[in-house]
Amino acid sequence: MNAAILPGATAGDKDFLLAVEALTVSFDGFKAVSDVSFYVDPDEIRVIIGPNGAGKTTVLDLICGRTRATSGSIKYKGTELTKLSESAIVQAGVGRKFQTPSIYDDLTVFENLEISFPRGRSVLGALMFKRDAAVRDRIDEIAEMIFLKDQLDKRAEFLSHGQKQWLEIGMLLIQDPELLMLDEPVAGMSVAERKKTAELLHQIIKGRSVLVIEHDMKFVEDIAHRVTVLHQGKVLSEGSMERVKNDPKVIEVYLGH
Amino acid sequence: MKPKALNDNPFMKPVEWASLALLCVLIFGLLPLALDGFRLNLVGKYLTYAFVALGLVICWGTCGILSLGQGVFFGLGGYCMAMYLKLEASSVENTKIQSTPGIPDFMDWNQITALPWFWKPFHSLPLTLIAVVLVPTLFAFIVGAAMFKRRVGGTYFAIITQAIAAILTILIVGQQGYTGGINGITDLRTLHGWDIRTDTAKTILYFVNGGLLVACVLVAQFVKRSKLGRILVAMRDKEDRVRFSGYGVASFKIFAFCLAAAFAAIGGAMFTLQVGFMSPSFVGIVPSIEMVIYAAVGGRLSLFGAIYGTLLVNWAKTTFSESFPELWLFGLGALFIAVVLAFPDGLAGIWRQHVEPRLTRRAKAAPAALPQGAPAE
Repeated sequence: MNAAILPGATAGDKDFLLAVEALTVSFDGFKAVSDVSFYVDPDEIRVIIGPNGAGKTTVLDLICGRTRATSGSIKYKGTELTKLSESAIVQAGVGRKFQTPSIYDDLTVFENLEISFPRGRSVLGALMFKRDAAVRDRIDEIAEMIFLKDQLDKRAEFLSHGQKQWLEIGMLLIQDPELLMLDEPVAGMSVAERKKTAELLHQIIKGRSVLVIEHDMKFVEDIAHRVTVLHQGKVLSEGSMERVKNDPKVIEVYLGH
Repeated sequence: MKPKALNDNPFMKPVEWASLALLCVLIFGLLPLALDGFRLNLVGKYLTYAFVALGLVICWGTCGILSLGQGVFFGLGGYCMAMYLKLEASSVENTKIQSTPGIPDFMDWNQITALPWFWKPFHSLPLTLIAVVLVPTLFAFIVGAAMFKRRVGGTYFAIITQAIAAILTILIVGQQGYTGGINGITDLRTLHGWDIRTDTAKTILYFVNGGLLVACVLVAQFVKRSKLGRILVAMRDKEDRVRFSGYGVASFKIFAFCLAAAFAAIGGAMFTLQVGFMSPSFVGIVPSIEMVIYAAVGGRLSLFGAIYGTLLVNWAKTTFSESFPELWLFGLGALFIAVVLAFPDGLAGIWRQHVEPRLTRRAKAAPAALPQGAPAE
């Protein structure tokens, strides 16, 4: 499953997990994302890099339905996402982690994970939701993975910054998405925490694709299969980290300083 | 691994069972024994507001939706009940001096000669009881769907609920022939032939009211401790995270708002029964804000706190407005500001932070008496 990107590939190709084509969004005439196309394979870790304001977060917003595209298409396993509601996109298998840790401070780690457990998502379903063995086991399993096994009872607001980031990753993992989108997962983390996060990402990659926005080049080199560089809303360069690093255009706008 | 205490999620924690028992003792035991008929009826009236406060705990405290228009639902519930009682009091025999006998007196005064269509279902008691809950809840559903699907929230939502309260008041006052106008619907006498004006009837209604309130507490508790309750908390905190966890956020908000409306409506109907009339002065902006203050003073996160807050503020209102009628509103305003600034979680918050830890410490000092399941927070 490592089909190389063909220049003439179309979204109809089922080989791609995600096919973004000619994606454009303009806010009052300002094109935050302009004619962006890229393709993500199953089981691929793709990192999006680029200077501030390049439109990286907007691309993730467009994929998960937070922002609506002006034109262009986003096909996920052949399904057009641009017309689905946010919750339908999640239920199709796309998970999104936000830039700042977005967790529920007033709930325990256990409860945070439980809410993300993909069952009882309707009003009635949530009212009748039973905390059974399947739920507990899955939460234990995920908590182990995200290094929070001993913290299940803790209110999430008392976690450290790094732990909060892991918790949010865990909340996505419990949904078992096929496409996981992470916005700066290691920002503000200590060196030790970064290492653990990289380890975590390598572990969770199995059976899913990951789309990551990250500034930390060391970290990017560590995890990326392929890198897409955005600049002023457009794709500037794409390929392996090695290639991108040596691309004069990229060096000029991003890596050079 | 054994499930831990905090994530065990029983229907109620021991402390909460104790609170419920205390509330029952107070409502069904102490107050009826200590108070005369008039005062007990007054407490019964206060307790009808507690239904609204309970709804606000779910809607505002738990889910973060501040509605400044709960009087609308209280009023709609109350009006539905009043319409039934009024029709029963307006029998042909009772109204034979009118130019059109058999319709409510205020209609006759306003030259209306036939009962309007929307009054007709209120000839039937079962339909009335259904309407008491259904009409306000349906109205809340329409308002909620219109607002929350469009992602209107926070202050905007609060202002719109205020506007609705104002509009409904103006509508009721303006359509005197259909609604009884500013005077409301008065001179209510019997419920299915049973005279509600006697002392015995008032005492019985007080107990029915108390029973319904406890039932609503249990329903609210069921919602709060369900996953839905935790989703409401999660939405208050990080709405986007909930949305991107695959939930239709609007539906959950509509549910919370409708539940609060249904509670308020039951309170309104019990108000009409116990006080014997319903008027637009319980629908508008001022009563709606007062109801929010009850919940704020008692503690907007605590079901029991909200009930005690309602009782306390109303008791204070009765006491102080007897002696200093012009100062009371200032006092109420000052109380609200003080609560918001100093005790955002109200009386329940003070209890939880200052009294409960002390009690627990004392209980721990006497280890022999400490049962295994004692609250350890």
